[in-house]
Amino acid sequence: MPILVYAESDQGIFKKSTQELISFGRAMADQMNTEVVAAVTQDASSANLGQYGAQKVLHLQHATLANFNAESVAEALSQAARATQADIVIVSSSANSRYMAPLMAMNLEAGYVPNVVGLPSSYGPLTVPHNVFTNKASAYTALQSSIRVIGLSKNAYGVHHYDTSAGISNYSPELGASSVEVTSTDKASNKVMIADAEVVVSAGRGLKGPENWAMIEELAEVMGAATACSKPVSDLGWRPHSEHVGQTGKPVAANLYIAIGISGAIQHLAGINSSKVKVVINTDPEAPFFKAADYGIVGDAFEVVPDLIQKLKEFQAQNA
Amino acid sequence: MKILVCISHVPDTTSKINFNADQTEFDTNGVQYVINPNDEFGLTRALWFKEKQGAAVHVVNVGGSETEPTLRKALAIGADEALRVDQPATDGYSVAQALAQVVKEGQYDLVIAGRESIDYNGGMVPGMLAKLCGFGFVNTCISLEIDGGSVTAVREIDGGKETLKTTLPLIIGGQKGLVEESDLRIPNMRGIMQARTKPLHVKTGETTGAKSQTLRYEKPTPKQAVTLVDNAEQLINLLHNEAKVI
Repeated sequence: MPILVYAESDQGIFKKSTQELISFGRAMADQMNTEVVAAVTQDASSANLGQYGAQKVLHLQHATLANFNAESVAEALSQAARATQADIVIVSSSANSRYMAPLMAMNLEAGYVPNVVGLPSSYGPLTVPHNVFTNKASAYTALQSSIRVIGLSKNAYGVHHYDTSAGISNYSPELGASSVEVTSTDKASNKVMIADAEVVVSAGRGLKGPENWAMIEELAEVMGAATACSKPVSDLGWRPHSEHVGQTGKPVAANLYIAIGISGAIQHLAGINSSKVKVVINTDPEAPFFKAADYGIVGDAFEVVPDLIQKLKEFQAQNA
Repeated sequence: MKILVCISHVPDTTSKINFNADQTEFDTNGVQYVINPNDEFGLTRALWFKEKQGAAVHVVNVGGSETEPTLRKALAIGADEALRVDQPATDGYSVAQALAQVVKEGQYDLVIAGRESIDYNGGMVPGMLAKLCGFGFVNTCISLEIDGGSVTAVREIDGGKETLKTTLPLIIGGQKGLVEESDLRIPNMRGIMQARTKPLHVKTGETTGAKSQTLRYEKPTPKQAVTLVDNAEQLINLLHNEAKVI
């Protein structure tokens, strides 16, 4: 029975996390001697999802799927899973997928495990490794239902390349009206989002005041990074809540996380420790962040950061 | 309006996470428990509806008797009644089944749960509960206004937010933003005294089939010590040549 992957897209663009999801599904499908079907809700004809491992693309077509609505997407995917007889559905850890997946799992009477960080340790019963205690530990959980839903953590598997050519077929789910209606969306279009960012530049109270954030924004711009902040900084109103990362804020699973003037409270570290490489810049060598980081500079952010911006520009000019 | 707030009983955010010898269970030795932070934002918003709009606020937990001090704390900061469903919280699916029973019997108009608990991070109970009750559902909710039966909610999305219109009955997956950190309440002596006499009902749970079972836990392998560098140039060199992230 095939594996269905919810291949999210935004204005026709399939992000790296979606590519990763398809590759992860393909690796499972190869193990299980089946194939991976990428379910899309937008036109994917120019996206060539086969290069990430998809063997088939199923275009779910319905007027209400033009914009994301959790109930509609959950219903459409549930019908698609039934129609294709898929017994595993894989979703990402995006805000939309985290919203939709429990609804879909209930439609399919499926067990659901989110925060999955690797391929199954067993295929009978399907047992997957996933993070728990806000990344302070991991667990192996077995799914006992006939249909299983897996939520993959971002950056947990990576994008793999294939020479597959995936044929596209259409599927028209029957969808009713949703009880929840989106009336407006407010999305910064020119900023790198924390959820998608390869690099996140984050700053804390060590910056002394909101007026000093220009250098953080400049560093982020030079690196193509998203900006983030610690909880005290968002509580003080220096930065918007949407930038707060940590246990009660946003989780970060970037390739590179740079913490500037952040001491490293356990709640902050829990939220960011899925990131691959962590760098700390802090005046206090005793700051707990130094125990969690891979690289550190003991120094004053007001000296180190402008120098780092300058040297990065030179580095980029040389490597351009 | 009758509001039910779902309360997870979780280790304090600063707890050291350890497991028993065969790695099959969380080691509760010396662990302090608190109201799950995401639930506490929802509870505080519910108390606002109680004070401004005359709502009744009940709290519920699915778990053993060890969770009662956490429910008493919710009573001490202002909830009217508490209910504990006496069954082990084995997985999200079975907890959602137990809560659905409570919602139906109590005829609640609004159910607020946290977007996820900070222990198992499943984030699935609110959505599953919505399906079981046939209610609408808004997750990662950062603002909630209710006018009669109509609801305006704001949901945090990746890179922004969206505003939604819906109606009661409704399930909310809440988080910081429903109220601010500074709005959270610390129980005062009067509240603690009152909480002792407020009702805390215990309902026998039914063992409804779990869909998943955690077999074992693992702590992360200890990481290597930090590499300290003196300047930006060295850092860029290491990030490029050693870590290969730039």
